[in-house]
Amino acid sequence: MNLKDYNTEGFFDELFLSDATPRPGVSPLFTKLAELSPEEIAFRQKAAEAAFFQMGVTFAVYGNEAGADKIIPFDIIPRIVQADDWQKLESGLKQRTRAMNCFLTDIYNERKIIRDRVIPMELVESCPAYRKECTGFTPPKGIWAHVTGTDLVRDSDGTFYVLEDNMRCPSGVSYVLKDREVLKETFPKVFGMMPIRPVDEYAARLRQTLEYLAPDSVEKPNVVVLTPGVFNSAYFEHSFLAQQMGVSLVGGNDLVIKDSRVYARHTEGLVPVDVIYRRIDDDFLDPTTFRKDSVLGVPGIMDAYRKGNVALANAPGCGIADDKAIYAYTPQIIKYYLNEDPILPIVPTFVCENPQDCAHVTENLDKMVVKATGESGGYGMLVGPHATKEKREEFKEKILANPRNYIAQPMLALSRVPTMIDGELEGRHVDLRPYILQGKEIYVLPGGLTRVALKKGSVVVNSSQGGGVKDTWVLSHSEEVPEMYEAVRQWQQQQQQ
Amino acid sequence: MLSRVAETVYWMSRYVERAENTARCVDVNLHLQLDMPGSAEGSWEPLLFTMGEKENFSKKYGRATREAVLRYLTFDEENPNGIFSCIAQARENARCVREICSSEMWTVLNRFFLALKSPDAQKKMLENPHDFFVAVKETSQLFTGVAWGTMSHGEAWRFLRLGRMLERADQTSRILDVKYYLLLPTPSMVGMALDSVQWTALLKSVSAFEMFRKKYSLVTPRNVSEFLVFDPEFPRSIRFCVNEVEMSLQRIAKETGKSEKSPALRLSGKLRADLEFSTIEEFFKIGLHEKLDRIQQALANLNGEVYREFFKNGI
Repeated sequence: MNLKDYNTEGFFDELFLSDATPRPGVSPLFTKLAELSPEEIAFRQKAAEAAFFQMGVTFAVYGNEAGADKIIPFDIIPRIVQADDWQKLESGLKQRTRAMNCFLTDIYNERKIIRDRVIPMELVESCPAYRKECTGFTPPKGIWAHVTGTDLVRDSDGTFYVLEDNMRCPSGVSYVLKDREVLKETFPKVFGMMPIRPVDEYAARLRQTLEYLAPDSVEKPNVVVLTPGVFNSAYFEHSFLAQQMGVSLVGGNDLVIKDSRVYARHTEGLVPVDVIYRRIDDDFLDPTTFRKDSVLGVPGIMDAYRKGNVALANAPGCGIADDKAIYAYTPQIIKYYLNEDPILPIVPTFVCENPQDCAHVTENLDKMVVKATGESGGYGMLVGPHATKEKREEFKEKILANPRNYIAQPMLALSRVPTMIDGELEGRHVDLRPYILQGKEIYVLPGGLTRVALKKGSVVVNSSQGGGVKDTWVLSHSEEVPEMYEAVRQWQQQQQQ
Repeated sequence: MLSRVAETVYWMSRYVERAENTARCVDVNLHLQLDMPGSAEGSWEPLLFTMGEKENFSKKYGRATREAVLRYLTFDEENPNGIFSCIAQARENARCVREICSSEMWTVLNRFFLALKSPDAQKKMLENPHDFFVAVKETSQLFTGVAWGTMSHGEAWRFLRLGRMLERADQTSRILDVKYYLLLPTPSMVGMALDSVQWTALLKSVSAFEMFRKKYSLVTPRNVSEFLVFDPEFPRSIRFCVNEVEMSLQRIAKETGKSEKSPALRLSGKLRADLEFSTIEEFFKIGLHEKLDRIQQALANLNGEVYREFFKNGI
């Protein structure tokens, strides 16, 4: 296909330099694409989509009849992250994870950061995700967020910014693994020619992370994944992760509490459970502690948790770290606990709770992106420059009525990646969600979910708002031999001796 | 393993087996029509009897025409035992226990389900029903084979086998029961050419014709009944299936620490002993229909005991 007409249109493009020549290190992909006819590319795109359907990598559409699953639109052109960029991202994400963990322990215990007036108490306690039930509690091994998905974006000069943290139940990692599986079938030869870091390790790492949380006295911890059930939109991911880790997938009804211990109902009777990777929100986890009307959770599980008889990942209460108003303070949080400068900047953020910020935001709505602090998934959001005047007025009133509920950020010119649109390559805006595991050590999966806004010009990448996904290739420095190959090489040497 | 998972796996294989048996019965009936003299409409009511669907069918469709029966037994989503419903249910079960199945097992069911969902699937089936039923049978066989070859032969696999064999024993007994009931009451017909065609069709519906031939030279009601009830080696005979059921239960009971005298195990042992030590003549003396009825009852009780002991466990 013809790549000469591709135009970066002044945006930072992840695969092309501004003069529309490929970035260093990505040429094998473009050599391959240039060889293929448009028909062949369309065929490979179709084959990839069919693979997702057959594997059942689908999400349920709420309110639709059974079996009417949808796949997330998948684009076969990968997003590529250069080795140097990744190195910086990885250390930045590790730093952030460490700092946020200190923050959570502090907030639910000593509250030094509030006493030192770095962050106002009202802001913390007014978070919808703040759990006063967790006060005075430190989770097993002192870890709050065992699995984090942090959303990053890249601006026109190529700088990566943290856009938001997801510490409750970040989803999407199953797509990272499945996208890779499918893309290996789509461009098998390209994989041999580029130093693409593998992502297969995730499930094993996740299991290690979870097993680490069990009391040291337990020799073989029983880990389970707790799902709201088959009708949940992320059900595929729950079952996939359980399968890949080789642990049980349970619903609330499969668990019972006896004498403040959690058991799973097995054919042979009740079997103790040590660690629960729960994919149910705090609110629904335990009707005796949180929402009374929840039928998804397990009555009494919080009591077992507080007595130290079971570990929950992620720990209840860590959702405050996702609050978009808290986000505005994360550079100070990192500085306060680690005495380091943040490696990754955040997007300048106006917290409408502060009267000055609020005034500035409501005056400049046409230049801002406004977000509801407790929402995710692209809901409750205003993209000022793209919105109608009426819509902006509507938001102005909402903000003034409940300023705590809103933050605003300047509109960034998000980076783009070439994307197959009607048989042609066109640039589309993307973000990046890497996944971070925090157990004995902090691990960042070398890859991530690249979400792409398929609508021309759109910057909203959420799948609920018409976004798709791409595979993400993290390159290693070509002189680095990936650990796995290194192990094979050593083994071969031993054989020869 | 989790009780819910055991139950889901058990029913998953029952549904697949049920779809296969429906396909077998309908397909053979289609072929039988070709050999039947007279009416072009053919005879479809006996098939509905076999499936135990006569009453529900009549309520919705009235007269048993070829097209109505085909529709009802295949794509009618209101018929919970129809092929579409069974495959959809099996796939739904597989979805609920995806972490237990191998991905290949899931893919077999999902792919077939998606094919059944395609807009022209029903039209194609009516145009060429034989191809359709072959596809159903092959999918079921593929599923069984893929499970055998890709899933660990542990507890989940034993529940899978238990469900499949229990369902199959039940289906074989039903097919034999109804054919016997329908074919025999006219003594004048015994021994006629048509009669032999019908009994041959019965054997073919359970893929038993060739294997039967290796043991018996004559297709007689007695020989066919003996083969389908008592043969120790044919994988669709009632005795063979019950034997597999008992072996699965023995392993499950042992591994879950249940006593040797677990009610499910006792029931299956009694049933197996009856099939192992009786003769077809004894069955005829009591009445084949009565005996088959009791076997079906025993299988239903067994299903109930399995539920109480392993699935409802702890509730």
